[in-house]
Amino acid sequence: MPKVTTVMRCAVIQFPGSNCDTDCQAALNSFPDVQAEIVWHKETSVAGYDLIVLPGGFSYGDYLRCGSIARFSPIMGAVRLAASAGVLVLGICNGFQILCEAGLLPGTLMRNRGLLFRCEHQHLSVEYTGTPFTSGLNKGQVLDIPIAHGEGSYFADKATLRELNANNQVLLRYADADGVTSDEANPNGSLENIAGICSHGRNVFGLMPHPERVCDALLGGTDGRAIFQSILDSISKTSAARV
Amino acid sequence: MEAFSPDFPILMKAVVTVMPKPAILDPAGVAAGRAMEHLGLKGVLSVRIGKSIEIEVDGASEAQLHEIAHDLLSNPVVEDYKLTILS
Repeated sequence: MPKVTTVMRCAVIQFPGSNCDTDCQAALNSFPDVQAEIVWHKETSVAGYDLIVLPGGFSYGDYLRCGSIARFSPIMGAVRLAASAGVLVLGICNGFQILCEAGLLPGTLMRNRGLLFRCEHQHLSVEYTGTPFTSGLNKGQVLDIPIAHGEGSYFADKATLRELNANNQVLLRYADADGVTSDEANPNGSLENIAGICSHGRNVFGLMPHPERVCDALLGGTDGRAIFQSILDSISKTSAARV
Repeated sequence: MEAFSPDFPILMKAVVTVMPKPAILDPAGVAAGRAMEHLGLKGVLSVRIGKSIEIEVDGASEAQLHEIAHDLLSNPVVEDYKLTILS
């Protein structure tokens, strides 16, 4: 049987005020057989893409609330449709905020405890690996991935939080270098040190840290590659099963 | 009970007040409260910071404004809103 090389197509959605869009594109395109494209938020289709990335930044200047206006962009109807069809959706930082505002992920991201904009390297503990986003990681593994946000304090009501934990939807928590999820290691006051969660269906993932910023040793780290590698491996497995 | 929504254009002025829910920590309010104490104001018990949004519309119903206040202007997870029709 001839070897089929499939190119994985990734859409990086660009909102007015996105500023990590080309970083995400460059990080994805540094992997073999990946074609990442910028898709303007006024577009109304994301058909044919294997992965949709909502990048970081300050969409609509963070006016009203972070992500609250972007969630009504024309592209979001298509993103919602793709998510319900099982397409992988990754929201980073402002992208995570948009996913919460859109209701594609539960809870919300509030002003950091202490009010500071935190822009620094942060250790994360990998909490669950049974998802397309974390399948290449090990439970308890510690990642070093930078954060850069003023509104990253994750909040959800008690029932939602219980459900997230019961369904293993918390994928990353803020931790110290030893992987201990202490209050001191919590940079923003997030409930239970939550740094990233996935949807019930496990195909939508939002996280405050920026894996795309640590995909090249020249930029000070490569821990972000493991997340993208997991995603791309999951996609190629799925498309291989389809062939 | 159905909200009153006439089917003819009508000018309306409204204010939507958005506040963090009582159970939610408002770090900006806490910081502002500390600053008030720093300035010598005694007995500051609580400071909560919200938003006030003035709206003028031609031909929208009160029900539509409630919908906008709920879906766009506030985040029901952590905020409550109050819609007041001025005229």
